[in-house]
Amino acid sequence: MSGYYEPEIECASRDEIADLQNKRLRATVRRVYDNVAFYRERMDRAGVRPEDIHTVGDLHLLPFVTKQDIRDTYPYGMVACPMSDVVEMHATSGTTGKPVVAVYTQKDIDIWGECCARAIVAAGGSKESRVHVSYGYGLFTGGLGLDHGGHALGAATFPVSSGNTQRQIQIMRDLGSTILCCTPSYAAYLGETVQDMGVQGELKLTAGIFGAEPWSEEMRRDIEAKLGIRAYDIYGLTEIMGPGVAFECAEQTGMHVNEDHFIPEIINPETGEPLPDGELGELVFTCISKEAFPLIRYRTRDLCVLSRRPCSCGRTFVKMAKPMGRTDDMLIIRGVNVFPSQIETVLLSRGFSPNYQIIVDRVNNSDTLDVQVEMNADMFSDTVKQIESHERELIGDLKSMLGIYANVKLVAPKSITRSEGKAKRVIDKRKI
Amino acid sequence: MTIKQISVFVSNMTGGLADVAEDIGKGGVDIRALSIADTTDFGILRLIVDNPDRALETLRADGYVVSVTDVVAAHIDDTPGGLARVLRILADAGIGIEYVYAFVTRQAKNAYVVFRLDDGERGCRILEENGVRLASPDEVYKL
Repeated sequence: MSGYYEPEIECASRDEIADLQNKRLRATVRRVYDNVAFYRERMDRAGVRPEDIHTVGDLHLLPFVTKQDIRDTYPYGMVACPMSDVVEMHATSGTTGKPVVAVYTQKDIDIWGECCARAIVAAGGSKESRVHVSYGYGLFTGGLGLDHGGHALGAATFPVSSGNTQRQIQIMRDLGSTILCCTPSYAAYLGETVQDMGVQGELKLTAGIFGAEPWSEEMRRDIEAKLGIRAYDIYGLTEIMGPGVAFECAEQTGMHVNEDHFIPEIINPETGEPLPDGELGELVFTCISKEAFPLIRYRTRDLCVLSRRPCSCGRTFVKMAKPMGRTDDMLIIRGVNVFPSQIETVLLSRGFSPNYQIIVDRVNNSDTLDVQVEMNADMFSDTVKQIESHERELIGDLKSMLGIYANVKLVAPKSITRSEGKAKRVIDKRKI
Repeated sequence: MTIKQISVFVSNMTGGLADVAEDIGKGGVDIRALSIADTTDFGILRLIVDNPDRALETLRADGYVVSVTDVVAAHIDDTPGGLARVLRILADAGIGIEYVYAFVTRQAKNAYVVFRLDDGERGCRILEENGVRLASPDEVYKL
């Protein structure tokens, strides 16, 4: 059983957490109203004043912030502190439009480090750990976020960054990395390479902290088996902070939200109405301790469920389930909602590799869904009949999971490009 | 008596087969016979080679998906009706053929036909009882 980084907060009573949240929420709302024209205008238009917000229960009175709002105020329109207090900035890749720029004061960075340190300790880490960070360093929050966490904890932190898989494994072997931090798809690839090289026995890895993209329980088991570790999920987004907004504990049944800094809500994505705990909806976060870029009721587009069931690890923070997809990752194929994570679950349960590609196209006004899967030794046979029977089983499983027909195409091993960061799983060729 | 056949997964794209063949050549392995089963998406390349172990090792090391299957290589008289006689023996015994391919040798007067049978053990026995000579591994590998 691992310990805690800050037990007095992580295991505080719900009353203590509520008091802290209410106090910080009031102060943050007041501050953004006074300092950020965007919030002042929005709140005035909604007819809500800072003094109307007393407790977390009043959150629903406040307007939402969307990604579009951040783009509209690009780059510094939502900064709530003097620019001279800013010490670091990060940005999203901007593949879907203008990048999201997030800025941080030194206090913001310290809190970020603490949040990630909590995640590392929850994964069994300590000051004695050797934290191997294979997330990309740079504008992406993954690398520096976990780096700040390793430093806060006082652990030896290896800023390896992404890429050069052979060298990653060499560093793990030679320098005795104990905790690996990267995207789950890269962890799976590292695991595959470690197995190919037959060096699993020479590694000292005990745990991995993997986030920045959706992954399934099957993928977790695959990574755990290949690397001989326990694999923990971590959640975050640049808009809110980066990795460490929520983290998994030894129970591995969801991620504890660092509620002393972020208040989560689940809303109906269509109506914006708050939903009770346990219902699936869009995750919304309010930052209550950030100085530079404190977003209020930010709509993440992640679909997930919150649970306040007591956790065996002793932490009292609410838990969020693995997001089951994003409102904007969701594919609508022949009118049916399809999430890449559902396809991944089926593939892994059938023993296929977690490297796959989903190709959606429109032929004669009808959507087509092709799933490319890599052939492996267990599925291969010298007869077409047998391979096709595996293929049919897979198509049957996909049909029952998705409710629509997916064409399976078996391709050669390692022919699907491996990703060293976020995997590109979906190619949507439809021109609508 | 059976011999070892190597099967390789080949994706259906230009150059896919060339890649496999080059890999085998690089490993110093000589191909005795081959056949391909193809579907719209992929092919299964089936090979009889002089050194199955080396072929397996080379292909696996280079990331190919490979399997080994025991197949029967029967001598067939290189005369009209030679193949038919052997097929009739199998049919009469109720033994099904999964697939079959043939090769001729440089020196001998007869051809070999490779069978993958649904009941390999009984198939071998029936063929031998009916006077069909089955090739030994050494005989095929050292051709």
